[in-house]
Amino acid sequence: MKTFPIGGVHPSDNKQWSKGSAIEVMELPDVVSIPLAQHIGAPATAVVAKGDKVVTGQLIAEAAGFMSANIHAPISGTVTAVDMQPNGQGLRQMMITIKREGDEWAESIDRSTELVTECNLSSKEIIERIKAAGIVGMGGATFPTHVKLSIPEGKKAELLIINGVECEPYLTSDYRTMLERGQMLIVGTRILMRAIGVERAVIGVEANKPDAVKHLRSIVGDDKSIGVMMLKTQYPQGGEKQLIAAVMNREVPAPPALPIDVGAVVCNASTAVAVYEAVQKNKPLIERVVTVTGKSVKEPKNLLTRFGTPVSALVEKCGGLPEGDVRVLNGGPMMGRALCNVAMPVMKGCSGITIISGKEALRGEESACIKCAKCVEACPMGLEPYLLSKQARKRAWDAMESNDITSCIECGCCQFTCPANIPLLDYVRLGKQTVMGIIRARNAKK
Amino acid sequence: MNTLIFTIITLFVIGVVSALILYFVAQKFKVEEDPRIDDVEKMLPGANCGGCGFPGCRGLATALVENEDISSLYCSVGGDPCMGAIAAYLGKAAPKKEPMVATIRCGGTCDKRPRTNTYLGATSCAIASSLYVGETACAYGCLGYGDCVEACAFDAIRINPETGLAEVDADKCTACGACVKACPKGIIELRKRWPKNRAIYVSCVSKDKGAVTMKACKAGCIGCSKCLKVCEFGAITVENGLAYIDHTKCRLCRKCVGECPTGAIKMIGLAPLVKKEEPKAEAAKVENKEA
Repeated sequence: MKTFPIGGVHPSDNKQWSKGSAIEVMELPDVVSIPLAQHIGAPATAVVAKGDKVVTGQLIAEAAGFMSANIHAPISGTVTAVDMQPNGQGLRQMMITIKREGDEWAESIDRSTELVTECNLSSKEIIERIKAAGIVGMGGATFPTHVKLSIPEGKKAELLIINGVECEPYLTSDYRTMLERGQMLIVGTRILMRAIGVERAVIGVEANKPDAVKHLRSIVGDDKSIGVMMLKTQYPQGGEKQLIAAVMNREVPAPPALPIDVGAVVCNASTAVAVYEAVQKNKPLIERVVTVTGKSVKEPKNLLTRFGTPVSALVEKCGGLPEGDVRVLNGGPMMGRALCNVAMPVMKGCSGITIISGKEALRGEESACIKCAKCVEACPMGLEPYLLSKQARKRAWDAMESNDITSCIECGCCQFTCPANIPLLDYVRLGKQTVMGIIRARNAKK
Repeated sequence: MNTLIFTIITLFVIGVVSALILYFVAQKFKVEEDPRIDDVEKMLPGANCGGCGFPGCRGLATALVENEDISSLYCSVGGDPCMGAIAAYLGKAAPKKEPMVATIRCGGTCDKRPRTNTYLGATSCAIASSLYVGETACAYGCLGYGDCVEACAFDAIRINPETGLAEVDADKCTACGACVKACPKGIIELRKRWPKNRAIYVSCVSKDKGAVTMKACKAGCIGCSKCLKVCEFGAITVENGLAYIDHTKCRLCRKCVGECPTGAIKMIGLAPLVKKEEPKAEAAKVENKEA
């Protein structure tokens, strides 16, 4: 079975909690708050004001530039505020608040459930529709999809990779999507292939989801242009660079190089479904499947949730927060961010809410580094996390830059594997942010 | 015996030849350095704190000797006496600066600013502030993980475990500014050092709206502008819901302190101003008449 060449860890996948629950439609929230910055790049610009009436699917914030994304109303109602609201990290950011009135949809959206497989649009038209629908990478990185599909001149895409790996423990939203919305996923894949002009696509799925592989293979049937590849269960198999290494045996050079430099375009499985809905049904990105899971969650679920729904409502739907020490993560335990505000609205990149309680919610006590080099062995990017974290503590940014800190994908393998419980990733991330800032300032000067 | 003499003579000749080479090389590549640099360096405190903007004391000493105009160079650790002595030695005009002291502008103690969550990450303010708002609902307040303590070369800052806030020991502080740079929240400011370490300052940097601030912290500045109205010296400005006392204009008259409804204006080393009852009663009467 194929996998990436160096590093990686094997956390227990803990997908059993929510694996078996079919996608449920979450009730429409009464009030939603939609952040203007829920993608990588410039925050969108609001095009509605307080008091405006909006219908579901209506554009409420416009992309500010190429590297940005449109945002649409996830419910119909009245805009009650466009102001600063606390996000999941408790920091205030611009949000549009809409109070729901009924469930009215924009007329242009085809709400029928019938599968439309035919697509005769040109590449440009497809990308235009994806851009209009505000689609971003739904695996968590939220990179605007239209930017990814606009192949720069002089470069050529050779292979489309659909990322159905979902290597993050606990989360099952992509898994359920592949099982229940596989038909749409395959049509979405064909549309994406058409958009970037490639003859072949590979859907990568980790080996712990054999039923998803079987299901997708049965849909693809005799079509030789789409392959479903089973990959070794190993974290971070779903990292873009790791996936390319596993599928194509090619290494993406250090930043600012992108996957397209080795001829690959990688899109998440849920993104492919969103692309299908945008291109064939004219439906903008207004909802996504969110896994709510954890050992102590009463009823773990996969919920099809409109954006802006508060996380607390999802948690309530699944039986509420457990007693005692609780850590609520936006995402999974490896890459997720702990929330200090559970009223945080669900956003485009929110694939799951993981709730960890009791002793597991706390970190172990830190002790001294004994240079066992487990972190070096685990790093899938071939970095030396123990050294980088030390340099970050000493604020030696130049040294960190020369040690390729910008290659770090923040997967957390180093911290996971550290027997001394050293918060390696915390320091490495601080160093990466600072060094990136220094590089940006240097480039701006030039 | 012959071997011994031969060895001694050979070594002697090598020694003499090497000495001659070294002598001529040293003459040829002699680095002319002002001997005054060494003297000035000795006069500086030798803390090598970097507060002057140079990597160490020698850097400043070189700059002091080489530059004609030294008005922009200053060692805050040594202060005016040290700079005066150096200037006299060099025969230049002595740079003068008001003595300063680092001031922690956050009053959100544990009881005033309730904890809303527990931080488990690395003990570093820079990391915590890059991750999220902090353990309280205030996005501007002191995090208390001690980046400033680590930065201080003079052991002048500590985190008070009771309040959870950083505290400056004014007697030890040399105003080098290392803590100001280390604080990711920009709470620490170098302010004028009054005799006996007296001080009046707004102990809050929250730019949130009043209602938001009040919800997060009982000691925060809510931008009510009451202090602004009583200040006779134009030292107070209120911007973005936050009052600021200009330490170059403030005369420590204490009028603003009593006006502050949240106690965000902090006073150190001064007795509270006793309010005279009569004028207040009169003012109330006047108001009644007008009404």
